[in-house]
Amino acid sequence: MAAGNEVTATYYIQHHLQNLTFGYHPQNGWSLAGTSAEATEMGFWAIHLDTMGWSIAMGMLFIWLFRKAGKMATTGVPGGLQNAVEMVVEFIENLTRSAFQGKNPAIAPLALTLFMWILLMNSLKILPVDYFPELFARLGVEYMKIVPTTDPNATLGMALGVFFLIIFYSIKVKGAGGFAKELSLTPFNHWSLIPFNLVLEVIGLLVKPLGLGLRLFGNMFAGEVIFILIALLPFWAIWLLDVPWAIFHILVVTLQAFIFTVLSIVYLSAAHEHH
Amino acid sequence: MNINMTLIGQTIAFAIFVWFSIKYVWPPISNALHERQKKIADGLDAATRASRDLELAQERAEATLHESKEQASQILEQAHKRSSQMVEEARDQARAEGERLVANARAEIEQEINRAKDELRAQVSTLAVAGAERVLEASIDEKAHRKLLDKLAAEL
Repeated sequence: MAAGNEVTATYYIQHHLQNLTFGYHPQNGWSLAGTSAEATEMGFWAIHLDTMGWSIAMGMLFIWLFRKAGKMATTGVPGGLQNAVEMVVEFIENLTRSAFQGKNPAIAPLALTLFMWILLMNSLKILPVDYFPELFARLGVEYMKIVPTTDPNATLGMALGVFFLIIFYSIKVKGAGGFAKELSLTPFNHWSLIPFNLVLEVIGLLVKPLGLGLRLFGNMFAGEVIFILIALLPFWAIWLLDVPWAIFHILVVTLQAFIFTVLSIVYLSAAHEHH
Repeated sequence: MNINMTLIGQTIAFAIFVWFSIKYVWPPISNALHERQKKIADGLDAATRASRDLELAQERAEATLHESKEQASQILEQAHKRSSQMVEEARDQARAEGERLVANARAEIEQEINRAKDELRAQVSTLAVAGAERVLEASIDEKAHRKLLDKLAAEL
Protein backbone atom coordinates (compact mmCIF):
# COMPACT_ATOMS: atom_id res chain seq x y z
CA MET A 1 0.00 0.00 0.00
CA ALA A 2 1.71 3.15 -1.20
CA ALA A 3 1.03 6.11 1.01
CA GLY A 4 -0.12 9.28 -0.68
CA ASN A 5 0.81 11.60 2.15
CA GLU A 6 1.74 11.88 5.83
CA VAL A 7 -1.79 11.54 7.22
CA THR A 8 -2.67 8.36 5.41
CA ALA A 9 0.69 6.85 6.34
CA THR A 10 0.11 7.56 10.01
CA TYR A 11 -3.41 6.26 9.70
CA TYR A 12 -2.19 3.15 7.95
CA ILE A 13 0.31 2.38 10.68
CA GLN A 14 -2.14 3.06 13.48
CA HIS A 15 -4.79 1.01 11.76
CA HIS A 16 -2.47 -1.96 11.50
CA LEU A 17 -1.47 -1.72 15.13
CA GLN A 18 -5.04 -1.56 16.47
CA ASN A 19 -6.63 -4.70 17.84
CA LEU A 20 -10.22 -5.66 17.26
CA THR A 21 -11.54 -4.75 20.68
CA PHE A 22 -14.82 -5.79 22.18
CA GLY A 23 -15.79 -4.31 25.52
CA TYR A 24 -17.95 -2.04 27.63
CA HIS A 25 -17.85 1.52 26.39
CA PRO A 26 -19.18 4.23 28.76
CA GLN A 27 -21.38 5.68 25.99
CA ASN A 28 -22.04 2.79 23.61
CA GLY A 29 -22.36 -0.05 26.11
CA TRP A 30 -21.07 -3.51 25.06
CA SER A 31 -19.75 -3.04 21.57
CA LEU A 32 -16.83 -3.34 19.18
CA ALA A 33 -14.49 -0.35 19.38
CA GLY A 34 -14.71 1.67 16.20
CA THR A 35 -11.55 3.69 16.83
CA SER A 36 -8.46 3.27 18.95
CA ALA A 37 -9.67 6.10 21.20
CA GLU A 38 -12.86 4.15 21.89
CA ALA A 39 -10.82 1.05 22.62
CA THR A 40 -8.78 3.01 25.16
CA GLU A 41 -11.92 4.35 26.80
CA MET A 42 -13.15 0.83 27.36
CA GLY A 43 -10.40 0.38 29.93
CA PHE A 44 -9.70 -3.02 31.41
CA TRP A 45 -13.07 -4.63 30.73
CA ALA A 46 -12.47 -5.26 27.08
CA ILE A 47 -11.09 -8.11 25.08
CA HIS A 48 -9.03 -8.27 21.91
CA LEU A 49 -11.01 -10.65 19.76
CA ASP A 50 -8.30 -10.96 17.12
CA THR A 51 -5.55 -11.74 19.64
CA MET A 52 -7.69 -14.32 21.41
CA GLY A 53 -9.00 -15.84 18.21
CA TRP A 54 -5.67 -16.20 16.47
CA SER A 55 -3.83 -17.39 19.55
CA ILE A 56 -6.46 -20.01 20.30
CA ALA A 57 -6.43 -21.04 16.65
CA MET A 58 -2.67 -21.47 16.78
CA GLY A 59 -2.94 -23.36 20.08
CA MET A 60 -5.52 -25.66 18.53
CA LEU A 61 -3.30 -26.14 15.49
CA PHE A 62 -0.47 -27.20 17.78
CA ILE A 63 -2.70 -29.54 19.79
CA TRP A 64 -4.25 -31.02 16.64
CA LEU A 65 -0.92 -31.61 14.90
CA PHE A 66 0.78 -33.14 17.90
CA ARG A 67 -2.24 -35.15 18.97
CA LYS A 68 -2.49 -36.55 15.47
CA ALA A 69 1.19 -37.46 15.48
CA GLY A 70 0.78 -38.94 18.95
CA LYS A 71 -2.08 -41.12 17.80
CA MET A 72 -0.12 -42.30 14.78
CA ALA A 73 2.99 -42.78 16.87
CA THR A 74 4.21 -46.34 16.61
CA THR A 75 7.50 -47.97 17.33
CA GLY A 76 7.94 -48.61 13.63
CA VAL A 77 9.47 -46.36 11.02
CA PRO A 78 8.05 -42.84 11.49
CA GLY A 79 6.47 -40.88 8.65
CA GLY A 80 6.92 -37.24 7.69
CA LEU A 81 4.70 -35.44 10.19
CA GLN A 82 5.64 -37.84 12.93
CA ASN A 83 9.31 -37.26 12.24
CA ALA A 84 8.93 -33.49 12.51
CA VAL A 85 6.84 -33.74 15.67
CA GLU A 86 9.22 -36.20 17.26
CA MET A 87 12.16 -34.01 16.42
CA VAL A 88 10.53 -31.11 18.29
CA VAL A 89 9.56 -33.37 21.19
CA GLU A 90 13.05 -34.77 21.47
CA PHE A 91 14.56 -31.30 21.25
CA ILE A 92 12.32 -30.09 24.08
CA GLU A 93 13.02 -33.22 26.09
CA ASN A 94 16.78 -32.69 25.85
CA LEU A 95 16.37 -29.01 26.62
CA THR A 96 14.33 -29.79 29.71
CA ARG A 97 16.76 -32.45 30.84
CA SER A 98 19.68 -30.06 30.63
CA ALA A 99 17.99 -26.95 32.02
CA PHE A 100 15.64 -28.42 34.61
CA GLN A 101 17.35 -29.84 37.65
CA GLY A 102 14.46 -31.39 39.54
CA LYS A 103 12.12 -34.21 38.62
CA ASN A 104 8.74 -33.07 37.35
CA PRO A 105 7.04 -34.79 34.43
CA ALA A 106 4.87 -31.75 33.75
CA ILE A 107 7.74 -29.44 32.80
CA ALA A 108 8.59 -30.97 29.43
CA PRO A 109 5.01 -30.84 28.07
CA LEU A 110 4.72 -27.31 29.44
CA ALA A 111 7.87 -26.32 27.59
CA LEU A 112 6.62 -28.03 24.43
CA THR A 113 3.35 -26.13 24.62
CA LEU A 114 5.10 -22.81 25.17
CA PHE A 115 7.59 -23.38 22.39
CA MET A 116 5.19 -24.59 19.73
CA TRP A 117 2.44 -22.17 20.60
CA ILE A 118 4.70 -19.12 20.57
CA LEU A 119 6.44 -20.37 17.45
CA LEU A 120 3.16 -20.72 15.60
CA MET A 121 1.87 -17.34 16.82
CA ASN A 122 5.13 -15.66 15.85
CA SER A 123 5.08 -17.36 12.47
CA LEU A 124 1.88 -15.54 11.55
CA LYS A 125 4.12 -12.56 11.13
CA ILE A 126 5.67 -14.01 8.00
CA LEU A 127 2.29 -13.62 6.27
CA PRO A 128 2.10 -10.32 4.38
CA VAL A 129 0.87 -7.56 6.70
CA ASP A 130 -2.01 -6.51 4.48
CA TYR A 131 -3.65 -9.81 3.61
CA PHE A 132 -5.74 -10.44 6.65
CA PRO A 133 -6.62 -6.82 7.57
CA GLU A 134 -7.76 -6.32 3.97
CA LEU A 135 -9.70 -9.58 3.88
CA PHE A 136 -11.48 -8.82 7.14
CA ALA A 137 -12.14 -5.23 6.04
CA ARG A 138 -13.96 -6.64 3.00
CA LEU A 139 -15.98 -8.78 5.41
CA GLY A 140 -16.89 -5.70 7.41
CA VAL A 141 -14.45 -6.12 10.29
CA GLU A 142 -12.60 -2.89 10.90
CA TYR A 143 -9.46 -4.09 12.67
CA MET A 144 -7.52 -7.30 12.45
CA LYS A 145 -4.09 -7.72 13.96
CA ILE A 146 -3.24 -11.33 13.33
CA VAL A 147 0.01 -11.77 15.27
CA PRO A 148 -1.01 -12.39 18.91
CA THR A 149 2.53 -11.97 20.21
CA THR A 150 2.58 -8.33 19.09
CA ASP A 151 -0.11 -7.74 21.70
CA PRO A 152 1.39 -7.30 25.19
CA ASN A 153 -1.76 -8.83 26.65
CA ALA A 154 -0.94 -12.12 25.02
CA THR A 155 2.72 -12.26 25.96
CA LEU A 156 2.16 -11.00 29.47
CA GLY A 157 -0.79 -13.37 29.81
CA MET A 158 1.46 -16.34 29.09
CA ALA A 159 4.15 -14.91 31.35
CA LEU A 160 1.51 -14.60 34.05
CA GLY A 161 0.73 -18.28 33.61
CA VAL A 162 4.42 -19.10 34.07
CA PHE A 163 4.50 -16.77 37.09
CA PHE A 164 1.62 -18.60 38.73
CA LEU A 165 3.43 -21.87 38.14
CA ILE A 166 6.59 -20.45 39.71
CA ILE A 167 4.63 -19.45 42.83
CA PHE A 168 2.76 -22.76 42.85
CA TYR A 169 5.86 -24.94 42.63
CA SER A 170 7.82 -22.76 45.07
CA ILE A 171 5.14 -23.33 47.68
CA LYS A 172 4.59 -26.95 46.76
CA VAL A 173 8.27 -27.90 46.92
CA LYS A 174 9.47 -25.72 49.79
CA GLY A 175 6.23 -25.23 51.66
CA ALA A 176 4.76 -21.82 52.38
CA GLY A 177 7.22 -21.30 55.24
CA GLY A 178 10.19 -22.34 53.14
CA PHE A 179 9.17 -20.01 50.35
CA ALA A 180 8.71 -17.12 52.80
CA LYS A 181 12.08 -17.89 54.30
CA GLU A 182 13.68 -17.87 50.88
CA LEU A 183 12.11 -14.49 50.13
CA SER A 184 13.13 -12.92 53.41
CA LEU A 185 16.48 -14.50 54.29
CA THR A 186 18.32 -14.47 50.97
CA PRO A 187 20.73 -13.17 49.91
CA PHE A 188 21.63 -11.79 53.39
CA ASN A 189 20.92 -14.28 56.13
CA HIS A 190 20.41 -11.88 59.04
CA TRP A 191 17.17 -10.88 60.77
CA SER A 192 17.89 -7.16 60.55
CA LEU A 193 18.10 -7.34 56.77
CA ILE A 194 14.73 -9.03 56.27
CA PRO A 195 12.95 -5.97 54.81
CA PHE A 196 15.83 -5.35 52.44
CA ASN A 197 15.87 -8.98 51.36
CA LEU A 198 12.12 -8.97 50.92
CA VAL A 199 12.19 -5.95 48.61
CA LEU A 200 15.04 -7.45 46.61
CA GLU A 201 13.49 -10.89 46.25
CA VAL A 202 9.97 -9.72 45.49
CA ILE A 203 11.26 -7.43 42.78
CA GLY A 204 13.36 -10.28 41.46
CA LEU A 205 10.30 -12.50 41.43
CA LEU A 206 8.08 -9.98 39.68
CA VAL A 207 10.68 -9.06 37.11
CA LYS A 208 10.73 -12.66 35.83
CA PRO A 209 7.27 -12.71 34.20
CA LEU A 210 7.52 -9.06 33.23
CA GLY A 211 10.81 -9.67 31.48
CA LEU A 212 9.48 -12.79 29.79
CA GLY A 213 6.39 -11.07 28.44
CA LEU A 214 7.95 -7.78 27.47
CA ARG A 215 10.94 -9.36 25.74
CA LEU A 216 8.73 -11.38 23.44
CA PHE A 217 6.33 -8.52 22.90
CA GLY A 218 9.11 -6.02 22.20
CA ASN A 219 10.81 -8.17 19.63
CA MET A 220 7.64 -9.11 17.83
CA PHE A 221 6.13 -5.64 17.92
CA ALA A 222 9.29 -3.99 16.62
CA GLY A 223 9.48 -6.51 13.81
CA GLU A 224 5.84 -5.91 12.94
CA VAL A 225 6.32 -2.13 12.82
CA ILE A 226 9.23 -2.58 10.43
CA PHE A 227 7.06 -4.82 8.23
CA ILE A 228 4.36 -2.15 8.19
CA LEU A 229 6.88 0.56 7.35
CA ILE A 230 8.27 -1.55 4.53
CA ALA A 231 4.71 -2.03 3.27
CA LEU A 232 4.47 1.76 2.90
CA LEU A 233 7.10 1.71 0.14
CA PRO A 234 6.03 1.74 -3.51
CA PHE A 235 4.77 -1.72 -4.43
CA TRP A 236 7.67 -2.54 -6.75
CA ALA A 237 10.24 -1.80 -4.03
CA ILE A 238 8.63 -3.67 -1.18
CA TRP A 239 10.20 -7.04 -1.86
CA LEU A 240 13.70 -5.50 -1.77
CA LEU A 241 13.43 -4.93 1.96
CA ASP A 242 10.56 -7.24 2.81
CA VAL A 243 12.27 -10.44 1.68
CA PRO A 244 15.51 -9.99 3.69
CA TRP A 245 13.53 -8.83 6.73
CA ALA A 246 11.19 -11.83 6.50
CA ILE A 247 14.12 -14.22 6.16
CA PHE A 248 15.76 -12.58 9.14
CA HIS A 249 12.51 -12.95 11.01
CA ILE A 250 12.47 -16.70 10.53
CA LEU A 251 15.42 -16.60 12.89
CA VAL A 252 13.84 -14.09 15.29
CA VAL A 253 10.55 -16.01 15.43
CA THR A 254 12.30 -19.24 16.41
CA LEU A 255 14.78 -17.56 18.69
CA GLN A 256 12.15 -15.68 20.69
CA ALA A 257 10.04 -18.80 21.12
CA PHE A 258 13.16 -20.62 22.25
CA ILE A 259 14.19 -17.90 24.71
CA PHE A 260 10.73 -17.75 26.26
CA THR A 261 10.73 -21.52 26.68
CA VAL A 262 14.23 -21.80 28.09
CA LEU A 263 13.74 -18.98 30.55
CA SER A 264 10.45 -20.49 31.71
CA ILE A 265 12.20 -23.81 32.32
CA VAL A 266 15.05 -22.10 34.16
CA TYR A 267 12.67 -20.08 36.36
CA LEU A 268 10.65 -23.20 37.17
CA SER A 269 13.85 -25.10 37.89
CA ALA A 270 14.85 -22.37 40.35
CA ALA A 271 11.42 -22.64 41.93
CA HIS A 272 12.08 -26.35 42.56
CA GLU A 273 15.45 -25.77 44.20
CA HIS A 274 16.02 -25.93 47.92
CA HIS A 275 18.34 -23.43 49.51
CA MET B 1 -2.16 -1.65 23.05
CA ASN B 2 -4.20 -1.48 26.17
CA ILE B 3 -3.83 -3.94 28.97
CA ASN B 4 -7.26 -5.48 29.38
CA MET B 5 -9.18 -8.72 29.82
CA THR B 6 -7.19 -10.27 27.00
CA LEU B 7 -4.44 -10.76 29.57
CA ILE B 8 -6.68 -12.98 31.68
CA GLY B 9 -8.11 -14.71 28.64
CA GLN B 10 -4.65 -15.52 27.38
CA THR B 11 -3.63 -16.91 30.78
CA ILE B 12 -6.69 -19.16 30.81
CA ALA B 13 -5.99 -20.31 27.26
CA PHE B 14 -2.41 -20.97 28.28
CA ALA B 15 -3.51 -23.03 31.27
CA ILE B 16 -5.92 -25.09 29.17
CA PHE B 17 -3.38 -25.75 26.44
CA VAL B 18 -0.70 -26.73 28.93
CA TRP B 19 -3.10 -29.03 30.75
CA PHE B 20 -4.18 -30.64 27.50
CA SER B 21 -0.61 -31.02 26.42
CA ILE B 22 0.42 -32.66 29.69
CA LYS B 23 -2.58 -34.96 29.62
CA TYR B 24 -3.05 -35.95 25.99
CA VAL B 25 -0.28 -34.70 23.73
CA TRP B 26 2.98 -35.45 25.44
CA PRO B 27 2.50 -39.01 26.75
CA PRO B 28 1.76 -40.86 23.48
CA ILE B 29 4.61 -39.20 21.58
CA SER B 30 7.07 -39.55 24.41
CA ASN B 31 6.09 -43.17 24.99
CA ALA B 32 6.42 -44.01 21.33
CA LEU B 33 9.82 -42.32 21.23
CA HIS B 34 11.12 -44.20 24.22
CA GLU B 35 9.67 -47.47 23.06
CA ARG B 36 11.30 -47.06 19.69
CA GLN B 37 14.56 -46.13 21.34
CA LYS B 38 14.37 -49.30 23.37
CA LYS B 39 13.49 -51.34 20.32
CA ILE B 40 16.42 -49.98 18.37
CA ALA B 41 18.75 -50.57 21.29
CA ASP B 42 17.46 -54.12 21.56
CA GLY B 43 17.95 -54.62 17.84
CA LEU B 44 21.51 -53.36 18.01
CA ASP B 45 22.13 -55.61 20.99
CA ALA B 46 20.77 -58.59 19.08
CA ALA B 47 22.95 -57.72 16.11
CA THR B 48 26.09 -57.60 18.24
CA ARG B 49 25.10 -60.81 19.93
CA ALA B 50 24.49 -62.47 16.57
CA SER B 51 27.83 -61.35 15.20
CA ARG B 52 29.52 -62.63 18.34
CA ASP B 53 27.68 -65.92 17.93
CA LEU B 54 28.82 -66.09 14.35
CA GLU B 55 32.39 -65.50 15.42
CA LEU B 56 32.09 -68.21 18.02
CA ALA B 57 30.58 -70.61 15.53
CA GLN B 58 33.36 -69.88 13.08
CA GLU B 59 35.89 -70.52 15.77
CA ARG B 60 34.20 -73.74 16.69
CA ALA B 61 34.05 -74.83 13.07
CA GLU B 62 37.71 -74.09 12.66
CA ALA B 63 38.53 -76.02 15.82
CA THR B 64 36.45 -78.97 14.64
CA LEU B 65 38.13 -78.91 11.26
CA HIS B 66 41.51 -78.82 12.88
CA GLU B 67 40.61 -81.67 15.18
CA SER B 68 39.27 -83.82 12.38
CA LYS B 69 42.39 -83.16 10.34
CA GLU B 70 44.49 -84.26 13.24
CA GLN B 71 42.37 -87.32 13.69
CA ALA B 72 42.65 -88.17 10.04
CA SER B 73 46.41 -87.86 10.12
CA GLN B 74 46.49 -89.94 13.26
CA ILE B 75 44.39 -92.63 11.64
CA LEU B 76 46.59 -92.53 8.59
CA GLU B 77 49.67 -92.87 10.72
CA GLN B 78 48.14 -95.75 12.60
CA ALA B 79 47.24 -97.44 9.36
CA HIS B 80 50.79 -96.98 8.13
CA LYS B 81 52.16 -98.41 11.30
CA ARG B 82 49.75 -101.31 11.17
CA SER B 83 50.55 -102.12 7.57
CA SER B 84 54.28 -102.02 8.14
CA GLN B 85 53.76 -104.19 11.17
CA MET B 86 51.78 -106.63 9.10
CA VAL B 87 54.47 -106.68 6.43
CA GLU B 88 57.08 -107.28 9.10
CA GLU B 89 55.03 -110.07 10.61
CA ALA B 90 54.48 -111.66 7.23
CA ARG B 91 58.18 -111.41 6.51
CA ASP B 92 59.02 -113.01 9.86
CA GLN B 93 56.51 -115.75 9.25
CA ALA B 94 57.87 -116.38 5.80
CA ARG B 95 61.38 -116.50 7.11
CA ALA B 96 60.38 -118.91 9.88
CA GLU B 97 58.52 -121.06 7.38
CA GLY B 98 61.46 -121.08 5.05
CA GLU B 99 63.82 -121.98 7.83
CA ARG B 100 61.49 -124.75 8.90
CA LEU B 101 61.32 -126.06 5.35
CA VAL B 102 65.05 -125.90 5.00
CA ALA B 103 65.48 -127.73 8.31
CA ASN B 104 62.99 -130.38 7.23
CA ALA B 105 64.74 -130.85 3.94
CA ARG B 106 68.06 -131.06 5.68
CA ALA B 107 66.75 -133.66 8.10
CA GLU B 108 65.31 -135.67 5.24
CA ILE B 109 68.61 -135.52 3.36
CA GLU B 110 70.41 -136.63 6.50
CA GLN B 111 68.00 -139.51 6.81
CA GLU B 112 68.50 -140.46 3.18
CA ILE B 113 72.25 -140.33 3.58
CA ASN B 114 72.07 -142.47 6.70
CA ARG B 115 69.83 -144.90 5.00
CA ALA B 116 72.13 -145.04 1.97
CA LYS B 117 75.09 -145.48 4.28
CA ASP B 118 73.30 -148.31 6.07
CA GLU B 119 72.42 -149.93 2.79
CA LEU B 120 75.96 -149.50 1.57
CA ARG B 121 77.29 -150.87 4.79
CA ALA B 122 75.02 -153.85 4.47
CA GLN B 123 76.11 -154.49 0.90
CA VAL B 124 79.87 -153.85 1.51
CA SER B 125 80.24 -156.86 3.68
CA THR B 126 78.58 -159.01 1.07
CA LEU B 127 80.71 -157.46 -1.66
CA ALA B 128 83.85 -157.85 0.37
CA VAL B 129 83.06 -161.48 0.98
CA ALA B 130 82.30 -162.05 -2.67
CA GLY B 131 85.52 -160.17 -3.65
CA ALA B 132 87.56 -162.15 -1.27
CA GLU B 133 86.00 -165.42 -2.44
CA ARG B 134 86.93 -164.53 -5.96
CA VAL B 135 90.47 -163.52 -5.01
CA LEU B 136 91.14 -166.55 -2.99
CA GLU B 137 89.02 -168.80 -5.19
CA ALA B 138 88.65 -170.81 -2.24
CA SER B 139 85.95 -171.08 0.22
CA ILE B 140 86.76 -169.29 3.25
CA ASP B 141 85.35 -170.25 6.43
CA GLU B 142 82.54 -167.84 6.56
CA LYS B 143 82.02 -168.45 10.18
CA ALA B 144 85.68 -167.85 11.02
CA HIS B 145 85.89 -164.56 9.17
CA ARG B 146 82.39 -163.21 9.80
CA LYS B 147 83.46 -161.43 12.98
CA LEU B 148 86.35 -159.79 11.21
CA LEU B 149 84.19 -158.68 8.28
CA ASP B 150 81.49 -157.27 10.54
CA LYS B 151 84.15 -155.29 12.35
CA LEU B 152 85.30 -153.95 8.99
CA ALA B 153 81.77 -152.99 7.93
CA ALA B 154 81.21 -151.14 11.23
CA GLU B 155 84.35 -149.11 10.64
CA LEU B 156 83.03 -147.85 7.29
